[in-house]
Amino acid sequence: MPPFQTLIDEHAGDVMAVCRGAVGRSDADDCFQETFIAALHAYPKLEDGRNLRGWLITIAHRKAIDHHRATGRRAVPVAEVAEVAVTDPEPSDEIWAVVGALPPKQRAAVTLRYASDLPHAEIAAALGCSPEAARRSLHEGIKRLRKELA
Amino acid sequence: MKDALNRLVARASEEDLLDVAYTTTDSPFGPLLLASTRKGLVRVGLPNQDSDELLVDLATRVSPRVLEAPAQLDEARRELDLYFTGELTEFDLPLDWRLSKDFRRRVLRGIARIPYGQTRSYTEMARSAGNERAVRAAGTACGSNPLPLVVPCHRVLRSGGALGGYGGGLPMKEGLLRLEGILDG
Repeated sequence: MPPFQTLIDEHAGDVMAVCRGAVGRSDADDCFQETFIAALHAYPKLEDGRNLRGWLITIAHRKAIDHHRATGRRAVPVAEVAEVAVTDPEPSDEIWAVVGALPPKQRAAVTLRYASDLPHAEIAAALGCSPEAARRSLHEGIKRLRKELA
Repeated sequence: MKDALNRLVARASEEDLLDVAYTTTDSPFGPLLLASTRKGLVRVGLPNQDSDELLVDLATRVSPRVLEAPAQLDEARRELDLYFTGELTEFDLPLDWRLSKDFRRRVLRGIARIPYGQTRSYTEMARSAGNERAVRAAGTACGSNPLPLVVPCHRVLRSGGALGGYGGGLPMKEGLLRLEGILDG
Protein backbone atom coordinates (compact mmCIF):
# COMPACT_ATOMS: atom_id res chain seq x y z
CA MET A 1 0.00 0.00 0.00
CA PRO A 2 1.22 3.54 -0.66
CA PRO A 3 2.04 5.83 2.29
CA PHE A 4 -1.28 7.02 3.77
CA GLN A 5 -0.25 10.63 3.16
CA THR A 6 -0.58 9.92 -0.59
CA LEU A 7 -4.30 9.17 -0.08
CA ILE A 8 -4.73 12.44 1.79
CA ASP A 9 -2.83 14.42 -0.86
CA GLU A 10 -4.82 12.92 -3.71
CA HIS A 11 -8.31 12.45 -2.31
CA ALA A 12 -8.89 14.82 0.63
CA GLY A 13 -10.67 17.28 -1.68
CA ASP A 14 -13.06 14.64 -3.00
CA VAL A 15 -13.78 13.30 0.50
CA MET A 16 -14.52 16.82 1.75
CA ALA A 17 -16.85 17.41 -1.22
CA VAL A 18 -18.76 14.19 -0.50
CA CYS A 19 -19.05 15.14 3.18
CA ARG A 20 -20.31 18.63 2.34
CA GLY A 21 -22.85 17.18 -0.05
CA ALA A 22 -24.03 14.55 2.39
CA VAL A 23 -24.17 16.36 5.76
CA GLY A 24 -23.89 20.04 4.86
CA ARG A 25 -21.09 22.52 5.22
CA SER A 26 -21.25 23.01 9.00
CA ASP A 27 -20.82 19.31 9.85
CA ALA A 28 -18.60 18.41 6.92
CA ASP A 29 -15.39 18.66 8.93
CA ASP A 30 -16.60 16.09 11.49
CA CYS A 31 -17.56 13.72 8.70
CA PHE A 32 -14.15 14.30 7.04
CA GLN A 33 -12.26 13.57 10.28
CA GLU A 34 -14.32 10.45 11.01
CA THR A 35 -13.75 9.20 7.48
CA PHE A 36 -9.96 9.49 7.53
CA ILE A 37 -9.64 8.20 11.10
CA ALA A 38 -11.70 5.13 10.16
CA ALA A 39 -9.59 4.71 7.03
CA LEU A 40 -6.37 4.91 9.09
CA HIS A 41 -7.70 2.21 11.42
CA ALA A 42 -8.46 -0.13 8.55
CA TYR A 43 -5.60 0.73 6.19
CA PRO A 44 -2.87 -1.73 7.30
CA LYS A 45 -5.29 -4.63 6.81
CA LEU A 46 -6.75 -3.45 3.51
CA GLU A 47 -6.12 -6.14 0.93
CA ASP A 48 -7.13 -4.53 -2.33
CA GLY A 49 -5.52 -1.17 -3.05
CA ARG A 50 -6.80 -0.78 -6.60
CA ASN A 51 -9.50 1.77 -5.91
CA LEU A 52 -8.49 3.74 -2.84
CA ARG A 53 -10.59 6.73 -3.87
CA GLY A 54 -13.73 4.59 -4.07
CA TRP A 55 -12.85 3.00 -0.74
CA LEU A 56 -12.52 6.42 0.94
CA ILE A 57 -15.75 7.70 -0.61
CA THR A 58 -17.64 4.62 0.57
CA ILE A 59 -16.35 5.24 4.11
CA ALA A 60 -17.38 8.91 3.83
CA HIS A 61 -20.91 7.84 2.90
CA ARG A 62 -21.09 5.45 5.80
CA LYS A 63 -19.94 8.23 8.14
CA ALA A 64 -22.53 10.58 6.65
CA ILE A 65 -25.26 8.00 7.27
CA ASP A 66 -24.00 7.55 10.87
CA HIS A 67 -24.18 11.30 11.25
CA HIS A 68 -27.74 11.51 9.97
CA ARG A 69 -28.75 8.65 12.24
CA ALA A 70 -27.16 10.26 15.27
CA THR A 71 -28.56 13.72 14.83
CA GLY A 72 -31.77 13.19 12.94
CA ARG A 73 -32.46 16.12 10.68
CA ARG A 74 -31.30 19.29 12.36
CA ALA A 75 -32.02 22.73 11.07
CA VAL A 76 -28.89 24.38 9.72
CA PRO A 77 -28.62 27.94 11.09
CA VAL A 78 -28.33 30.56 8.36
CA ALA A 79 -28.10 34.35 8.51
CA GLU A 80 -30.91 34.98 6.09
CA VAL A 81 -33.61 32.82 4.74
CA ALA A 82 -33.71 33.01 0.97
CA GLU A 83 -37.16 33.81 -0.35
CA VAL A 84 -37.15 31.43 -3.23
CA ALA A 85 -39.22 28.37 -3.73
CA VAL A 86 -37.39 25.20 -2.83
CA THR A 87 -37.76 22.91 -5.77
CA ASP A 88 -35.55 20.08 -4.61
CA PRO A 89 -36.26 19.45 -0.92
CA GLU A 90 -33.73 17.51 1.08
CA PRO A 91 -34.79 14.03 2.06
CA SER A 92 -36.84 13.91 5.25
CA ASP A 93 -36.02 12.07 8.46
CA GLU A 94 -38.30 9.33 7.39
CA ILE A 95 -36.43 8.76 4.16
CA TRP A 96 -33.06 8.67 5.93
CA ALA A 97 -34.44 6.22 8.44
CA VAL A 98 -35.66 3.94 5.67
CA VAL A 99 -32.42 4.32 3.70
CA GLY A 100 -30.51 3.47 6.87
CA ALA A 101 -32.53 0.28 7.26
CA LEU A 102 -31.68 -1.04 3.79
CA PRO A 103 -29.23 -3.96 3.54
CA PRO A 104 -25.64 -2.56 3.38
CA LYS A 105 -25.03 -2.98 -0.38
CA GLN A 106 -28.38 -1.45 -1.34
CA ARG A 107 -27.92 1.37 1.15
CA ALA A 108 -24.44 2.15 -0.19
CA ALA A 109 -25.60 2.01 -3.81
CA VAL A 110 -28.56 4.32 -3.15
CA THR A 111 -26.52 6.92 -1.25
CA LEU A 112 -23.63 6.82 -3.70
CA ARG A 113 -26.04 7.36 -6.57
CA TYR A 114 -28.32 10.00 -5.10
CA ALA A 115 -26.31 11.75 -2.39
CA SER A 116 -23.16 12.15 -4.43
CA ASP A 117 -24.17 11.55 -8.03
CA LEU A 118 -21.70 8.79 -8.78
CA PRO A 119 -22.22 6.94 -12.08
CA HIS A 120 -22.85 3.18 -12.01
CA ALA A 121 -19.27 2.32 -12.91
CA GLU A 122 -17.91 4.28 -9.94
CA ILE A 123 -20.50 2.83 -7.58
CA ALA A 124 -19.42 -0.62 -8.76
CA ALA A 125 -15.77 0.25 -8.14
CA ALA A 126 -16.54 1.64 -4.69
CA LEU A 127 -18.53 -1.45 -3.73
CA GLY A 128 -16.04 -3.82 -5.33
CA CYS A 129 -18.64 -5.46 -7.58
CA SER A 130 -19.56 -5.45 -11.29
CA PRO A 131 -21.52 -2.51 -12.75
CA GLU A 132 -24.36 -4.98 -13.35
CA ALA A 133 -24.42 -5.97 -9.67
CA ALA A 134 -24.26 -2.29 -8.64
CA ARG A 135 -27.22 -1.54 -10.91
CA ARG A 136 -29.10 -4.44 -9.35
CA SER A 137 -28.39 -3.28 -5.77
CA LEU A 138 -29.49 0.22 -6.70
CA HIS A 139 -32.66 -1.07 -8.34
CA GLU A 140 -33.52 -3.34 -5.39
CA GLY A 141 -32.81 -0.50 -2.97
CA ILE A 142 -35.07 1.93 -4.78
CA LYS A 143 -37.82 -0.65 -5.13
CA ARG A 144 -37.72 -1.26 -1.41
CA LEU A 145 -37.70 2.48 -0.62
CA ARG A 146 -40.77 3.00 -2.81
CA LYS A 147 -42.57 0.18 -1.03
CA GLU A 148 -41.63 1.36 2.46
CA LEU A 149 -42.53 4.97 1.77
CA ALA A 150 -45.69 4.34 -0.19
CA MET B 1 -8.72 22.41 4.29
CA LYS B 2 -5.36 23.01 5.95
CA ASP B 3 -7.02 23.25 9.39
CA ALA B 4 -8.94 20.04 8.72
CA LEU B 5 -5.69 18.26 7.81
CA ASN B 6 -3.89 19.59 10.89
CA ARG B 7 -6.72 18.39 13.10
CA LEU B 8 -6.59 15.01 11.40
CA VAL B 9 -2.87 14.55 12.08
CA ALA B 10 -3.30 15.66 15.71
CA ARG B 11 -6.14 13.20 16.21
CA ALA B 12 -4.30 10.37 14.47
CA SER B 13 -1.43 10.93 16.85
CA GLU B 14 -3.72 11.03 19.92
CA GLU B 15 -5.43 7.82 18.85
CA ASP B 16 -2.11 6.08 18.27
CA LEU B 17 -2.70 5.74 14.52
CA LEU B 18 0.48 7.53 13.47
CA ASP B 19 3.11 4.86 12.87
CA VAL B 20 5.55 6.89 10.77
CA ALA B 21 5.72 10.69 11.01
CA TYR B 22 7.79 12.63 8.50
CA THR B 23 8.78 16.09 7.45
CA THR B 24 11.37 17.76 5.28
CA THR B 25 13.88 20.29 6.54
CA ASP B 26 16.46 22.52 4.88
CA SER B 27 20.18 21.96 5.18
CA PRO B 28 23.21 23.61 3.58
CA PHE B 29 23.30 20.63 1.20
CA GLY B 30 19.60 20.72 0.23
CA PRO B 31 16.35 19.36 1.71
CA LEU B 32 16.50 16.41 4.11
CA LEU B 33 13.68 13.96 4.77
CA LEU B 34 13.23 13.06 8.45
CA ALA B 35 11.01 10.17 9.55
CA SER B 36 10.31 8.81 13.01
CA THR B 37 8.34 6.07 14.72
CA ARG B 38 7.20 5.89 18.35
CA LYS B 39 10.69 4.59 19.16
CA GLY B 40 12.63 7.39 17.56
CA LEU B 41 14.21 8.64 14.37
CA VAL B 42 14.02 5.83 11.81
CA ARG B 43 15.16 7.39 8.52
CA VAL B 44 17.11 10.40 7.30
CA GLY B 45 16.91 10.99 3.54
CA LEU B 46 19.73 12.99 1.95
CA PRO B 47 19.13 15.69 -0.69
CA ASN B 48 20.06 13.45 -3.62
CA GLN B 49 17.68 10.68 -2.51
CA ASP B 50 14.12 10.48 -3.81
CA SER B 51 11.77 11.28 -0.90
CA ASP B 52 8.78 9.56 -2.50
CA GLU B 53 10.76 6.36 -2.86
CA LEU B 54 11.94 6.56 0.74
CA LEU B 55 8.33 7.01 1.93
CA VAL B 56 7.13 4.04 -0.12
CA ASP B 57 9.97 2.00 1.39
CA LEU B 58 8.91 3.06 4.91
CA ALA B 59 5.27 2.20 4.11
CA THR B 60 6.39 -1.27 3.04
CA ARG B 61 8.95 -2.02 5.73
CA VAL B 62 7.52 -0.23 8.78
CA SER B 63 3.81 0.59 8.31
CA PRO B 64 1.62 2.18 5.62
CA ARG B 65 0.30 4.61 8.25
CA VAL B 66 2.76 7.28 7.10
CA LEU B 67 1.70 10.88 7.69
CA GLU B 68 3.34 14.25 7.24
CA ALA B 69 3.59 15.45 10.84
CA PRO B 70 6.34 18.08 11.23
CA ALA B 71 5.76 18.67 14.95
CA GLN B 72 6.82 15.10 15.73
CA LEU B 73 10.26 15.89 14.33
CA ASP B 74 10.90 19.26 15.96
CA GLU B 75 13.74 18.01 18.14
CA ALA B 76 15.54 16.20 15.31
CA ARG B 77 15.23 19.31 13.14
CA ARG B 78 16.53 21.53 15.95
CA GLU B 79 19.59 19.35 16.56
CA LEU B 80 20.41 19.08 12.85
CA ASP B 81 20.17 22.88 12.46
CA LEU B 82 22.65 23.29 15.31
CA TYR B 83 24.94 20.62 13.86
CA PHE B 84 25.13 22.46 10.53
CA THR B 85 26.06 25.72 12.25
CA GLY B 86 28.80 23.90 14.19
CA GLU B 87 27.08 24.44 17.56
CA LEU B 88 26.26 20.80 18.21
CA THR B 89 28.81 17.99 18.17
CA GLU B 90 26.78 15.13 19.58
CA PHE B 91 23.21 14.20 18.73
CA ASP B 92 20.94 13.25 21.58
CA LEU B 93 17.99 11.68 19.77
CA PRO B 94 16.21 8.39 20.37
CA LEU B 95 16.88 6.15 17.35
CA ASP B 96 14.83 3.32 15.87
CA TRP B 97 17.32 0.83 14.39
CA ARG B 98 14.75 -1.47 12.80
CA LEU B 99 15.83 -0.77 9.21
CA SER B 100 19.24 -2.39 9.69
CA LYS B 101 19.92 -5.91 10.89
CA ASP B 102 22.68 -8.13 12.28
CA PHE B 103 26.21 -7.30 11.09
CA ARG B 104 25.12 -4.06 9.42
CA ARG B 105 23.43 -2.88 12.58
CA ARG B 106 26.57 -3.66 14.60
CA VAL B 107 28.67 -1.66 12.13
CA LEU B 108 26.26 1.28 12.31
CA ARG B 109 26.15 1.22 16.11
CA GLY B 110 29.96 1.37 16.04
CA ILE B 111 29.82 4.33 13.66
CA ALA B 112 27.40 6.10 15.99
CA ARG B 113 30.18 6.11 18.60
CA ILE B 114 32.85 7.79 16.41
CA PRO B 115 33.37 11.21 18.04
CA TYR B 116 32.80 14.47 16.18
CA GLY B 117 35.84 15.57 14.19
CA GLN B 118 37.44 12.10 14.09
CA THR B 119 37.56 9.42 11.43
CA ARG B 120 37.85 5.64 11.29
CA SER B 121 38.61 3.22 8.46
CA TYR B 122 36.20 0.65 7.01
CA THR B 123 38.59 -2.01 8.36
CA GLU B 124 38.32 -0.62 11.89
CA MET B 125 34.54 -0.62 11.64
CA ALA B 126 34.53 -4.23 10.40
CA ARG B 127 36.74 -5.22 13.35
CA SER B 128 34.60 -3.42 15.93
CA ALA B 129 31.54 -5.21 14.53
CA GLY B 130 33.27 -8.54 15.14
CA ASN B 131 34.63 -9.51 11.72
CA GLU B 132 37.83 -7.81 10.65
CA ARG B 133 37.82 -9.46 7.24
CA ALA B 134 34.34 -8.21 6.33
CA VAL B 135 35.65 -4.84 5.14
CA ARG B 136 33.50 -4.85 2.04
CA ALA B 137 30.41 -5.70 4.10
CA ALA B 138 31.27 -2.84 6.45
CA GLY B 139 31.39 -0.56 3.39
CA THR B 140 27.98 -1.85 2.32
CA ALA B 141 26.64 -1.18 5.82
CA CYS B 142 27.81 2.43 5.57
CA GLY B 143 26.26 2.72 2.11
CA SER B 144 22.91 1.44 3.38
CA ASN B 145 22.91 3.61 6.52
CA PRO B 146 19.25 4.59 7.09
CA LEU B 147 20.30 7.36 9.50
CA PRO B 148 23.10 9.35 7.82
CA LEU B 149 24.39 12.48 9.62
CA VAL B 150 23.01 11.27 12.98
CA VAL B 151 24.90 7.99 12.53
CA PRO B 152 27.95 9.72 11.04
CA CYS B 153 29.04 7.37 8.25
CA HIS B 154 30.79 10.37 6.66
CA ARG B 155 33.48 9.86 9.35
CA VAL B 156 34.46 6.50 7.83
CA LEU B 157 37.26 6.66 5.22
CA ARG B 158 39.43 4.19 3.32
CA SER B 159 42.48 2.85 5.14
CA GLY B 160 44.90 5.03 3.14
CA GLY B 161 42.83 8.13 3.91
CA ALA B 162 40.95 8.21 0.58
CA LEU B 163 37.37 9.40 1.02
CA GLY B 164 35.57 6.23 -0.09
CA GLY B 165 31.91 6.69 -1.03
CA TYR B 166 28.87 8.50 0.35
CA GLY B 167 25.14 7.99 -0.15
CA GLY B 168 24.66 11.74 -0.41
CA GLY B 169 27.46 12.12 -2.97
CA LEU B 170 31.15 12.86 -2.41
CA PRO B 171 30.81 16.68 -2.37
CA MET B 172 28.49 16.34 0.63
CA LYS B 173 30.94 14.01 2.41
CA GLU B 174 33.72 16.54 1.80
CA GLY B 175 31.49 19.35 3.03
CA LEU B 176 30.70 17.49 6.26
CA LEU B 177 34.37 16.65 6.86
CA ARG B 178 35.22 20.33 6.36
CA LEU B 179 32.44 21.36 8.74
CA GLU B 180 33.94 19.10 11.41
CA GLY B 181 37.48 20.38 10.74
CA ILE B 182 38.72 17.04 9.40
CA LEU B 183 39.44 18.46 5.96
CA ASP B 184 40.92 21.91 5.48
CA GLY B 185 39.12 24.61 3.65
